[in-house]
Amino acid sequence: MDEKFIGMFREVLENDEKTLMPGDKFRDFEEWSSLAYLALIAMIDSEYGVVIEAKDFKQLVTVGEVYDEIIRRTA
Amino acid sequence: MQQPFSLSSKKVLVTGASSGIGRSIAVQSSLQGAEIQLSARNLLRLEETRSLLAAGSHHIYDADLCNDDSVLSLADSLPELDGIILNAGMVKTVPVRFVTREILESLFDANFNGSVLLIQRLLRLKKIKKGGSICFISSVSSGYAQLGNSIYSATKGAVNSFTRSLALELAPNGIRVNAILPGFVETGILDHGPIGHDQLEEHKKNFPAGRFGKPEDVAYLAVYLLSPASEWMTGSLITLDGGYSIK
Repeated sequence: MDEKFIGMFREVLENDEKTLMPGDKFRDFEEWSSLAYLALIAMIDSEYGVVIEAKDFKQLVTVGEVYDEIIRRTA
Repeated sequence: MQQPFSLSSKKVLVTGASSGIGRSIAVQSSLQGAEIQLSARNLLRLEETRSLLAAGSHHIYDADLCNDDSVLSLADSLPELDGIILNAGMVKTVPVRFVTREILESLFDANFNGSVLLIQRLLRLKKIKKGGSICFISSVSSGYAQLGNSIYSATKGAVNSFTRSLALELAPNGIRVNAILPGFVETGILDHGPIGHDQLEEHKKNFPAGRFGKPEDVAYLAVYLLSPASEWMTGSLITLDGGYSIK
């Protein structure tokens, strides 16, 4: 996971100090919410030009999987 | 008025006619006898819509209302119209914290500016007949908030305000202007966005009528608004939402 991705994820969670590890299950974060979800999808779209549809996003469990999905789609 | 609900020989423009609500309005209007002028950006799907229409003299126009030249050439090519359905538009879900000028402009262009500029041009060209009817497809979300939907809602709020002002301006010309505010209609418009099947099933509980809208639900009201039966209706914002906004 690179700095851009981590910065974006922190921005979405509204927590600049958040430690993010690839294995973290993001839905368990106390900052996670339905608005954070919409924010993450919107940010991935604007920052990477990638639109992850709801049915695909549902399969992603960890922070690292979100990152890998973006890399896979931008490769 | 022998057949108050008939659209026989009326020329009706439907924007965004290549799918969903626009397609259904085109089909239902053609069944009532209208000659449909179909516009959208996707010619292939416009042809598909045309193939679904009742027999008649129907025309398709490849037009992008976000492009000024395209609006001008569409207005030039159209015949004099009895009815106009302004249905073209797009949805984007984005929390306010992440709104950009680009997002704002693209949503307002697609949902508001393009329709306004098309009407402007048609009025200048005197292509909207006396007794004509203009109908905007707005949204119940103009007044009922949904998380992440602020800009989309704002574009529809603009449509509502414009509908009423335009109705006032055009009343002396015998042209009526109304808007339909549908609740969620299943059209596939959300298929590629962040709102998933599970969330939609949950959302369905907010509809006392027990289901989401179908494109035909909107089309039947549009037919009424285009027909002589609604002669006295102008400046109205009509909610059509399976009871969503009752509570």
